[in-house]
Amino acid sequence: MKAAAILPRNLPMGVIGPILALVVLMAVGASMNENFLGWNNLSNVLARSAFIGIIAVGMTFVITAGGLDLSVGSMAAFIAGLMIMVMNALLPTLGVGIPVVLAGMAVALLAGLAAGLLNGLLITGLKIEAFIVTLGSMGIYRSLVTWLADGGTLSLDFTLRTFYQPVYYGGLFGIGWPIIVFAVVVVVGEVIMRSTTFGRHCAAVGSNEQVAKYSSVRVGRIRLMTYAALGLLVGVATIMYVPRLGSASSATGVLWELEAIAAVIIGGTVLKGGFGRVWGTVLGVLILSMIGNILNLTDFVSPYLNGAIQGAIIILAVVLQRETKAGT
Amino acid sequence: MKHLASGAALALVLATPAFAQDDTMVIGVSIPAATHGWAGGMNYFAQAAIERLSETYPNLEFVLATASDPGRQVNDIEDMVATRNIDALVVLPFESEPLTGPVQNVKQSGAWVTVVDRGLSVEGIQDLYVAGDNPGFGRVSGEYMVEAMPDGGNIVVLRGIPTSIDNERVEGFETAIEGSGIEILGMEHGNWNRDESFTVMQDFLQRHPQIDAVWASDDDMAMGVLGAIEAAGRDDIQFVLGGAGMKEMIKRTMDGDAMIPANVTYPPSMIATAIEITAVGLVSQAPVSGEFIIGSVLVTPENAETYYYPDSPF
Repeated sequence: MKAAAILPRNLPMGVIGPILALVVLMAVGASMNENFLGWNNLSNVLARSAFIGIIAVGMTFVITAGGLDLSVGSMAAFIAGLMIMVMNALLPTLGVGIPVVLAGMAVALLAGLAAGLLNGLLITGLKIEAFIVTLGSMGIYRSLVTWLADGGTLSLDFTLRTFYQPVYYGGLFGIGWPIIVFAVVVVVGEVIMRSTTFGRHCAAVGSNEQVAKYSSVRVGRIRLMTYAALGLLVGVATIMYVPRLGSASSATGVLWELEAIAAVIIGGTVLKGGFGRVWGTVLGVLILSMIGNILNLTDFVSPYLNGAIQGAIIILAVVLQRETKAGT
Repeated sequence: MKHLASGAALALVLATPAFAQDDTMVIGVSIPAATHGWAGGMNYFAQAAIERLSETYPNLEFVLATASDPGRQVNDIEDMVATRNIDALVVLPFESEPLTGPVQNVKQSGAWVTVVDRGLSVEGIQDLYVAGDNPGFGRVSGEYMVEAMPDGGNIVVLRGIPTSIDNERVEGFETAIEGSGIEILGMEHGNWNRDESFTVMQDFLQRHPQIDAVWASDDDMAMGVLGAIEAAGRDDIQFVLGGAGMKEMIKRTMDGDAMIPANVTYPPSMIATAIEITAVGLVSQAPVSGEFIIGSVLVTPENAETYYYPDSPF
């Protein structure tokens, strides 16, 4: 908040860093391919960023409160699998229509909330390191989805998939649903982070647990709530993900957790906790998916090097911010 | 009655020492875990083969281990030798290099070794080699493309995970389409994954206004490609050629879907072939050492039914 007060004379690099990185990327993209800034391409990029983006908003709170969640990718795969199985099972009784879809959505949200609460309770109740708990649940959910799918792929009934598809491909005024949902989640997240007690408590808990405790902040409950919220958002992301290809397998959501964490850090949230920035996370997500998009739109570098370019830009974006920290 | 009884007794006398001598024989099977569609199918066929053979040959015992990375696979194999004293090992190496040493040790312990799909980096370790035909997979795909587009055309190619398997396939494909007028507009790695292929295809569609066909080179990737084409509402793409024979795709070919006119096999059931031949080698006098290459076959609406396995997860 301090940074906002000194605005605009000496705008700190921590604020400009990610914005600058995104602007540079967009300029590079536009110079390499004329379609890059076209609405079709941008809406593709935004829609496909929505899954990681929605999850990353939740991750911003978890990390701000000094936690970490490695299980979100596996969790998303498991929830997607569960959702598909429940919808397929309900199909004969409910028929193709809105009730089945609503039931599927309810399953996703409930399963997400339950999974988040479970992580949170293990971490706050049993006082186990978040890294360990979520590493464990990551393995559990990944195995569960492989088991549910019998090693293959769970597919949504074809007619149901066609009915449900507009949730990913449709939208309002030419803006896809995933983009709209992502935007809503971001706005709500930003408001909660900046102007609610919960948001301030998250930062307090992540910054110094002892001090927070003596200031009568309920540390355990705040942490628990961040994990529950993240679980719920994983459920929301899954609701948008399933209608895209109508399938879930053990390859679903692999490495999403790392991409979400990377986006949060690129956006300026401190990995050790204590300071979080939802809008920064959004930039982080966009930077990550835009790199992939640009590399696919050109033959400029060997596809073998895609990962290296992504890695370099992640490090660069964080270096740009570090400069400020030394300054302020 | 008396004859029968004495016959039975004689048989028992004759049989007992044979049993005591041979005891049961143990076959270890070590394969990668079901982390993508093809591997899921392979796990299914391995389990099915083991179930069938355990019933057919009561004196054979099987140990199946699935590993999610090369390191764990090495652990699995060491455990099999140390605790189960295996007489034969059927292994589908996660990667050739790291598995070569451990498998060599198994061979030196005196066990029979069958290597499946990916060769080891030192020659002559295995007694039996069962594999699909990767250059052939690419060649058959390329030949089909040439036949389907006699006047040439523009295509995009999705590749698998960067491996020697993928390289062999692409080389086979490129050789087959050489001089045919088919031009490859772009190649990117979809890593044998639906979501990644969806993304790559979306970007290809932005980049190229006119694409005549897609070589998705795998059915999981073809699913992602079809999703992207459908979403973009493009009708310039005449067909998508996948591969490996996923049941949903075989079904579409069988039903005459114009977008999926053909498929090229690379059967996950090759693991079953390997286990069966190894078992036969252990229980019978039939010689089974050598190489067994399973050809890649072009699946068309006419013969699709032969390659349709509705019970398999792949």
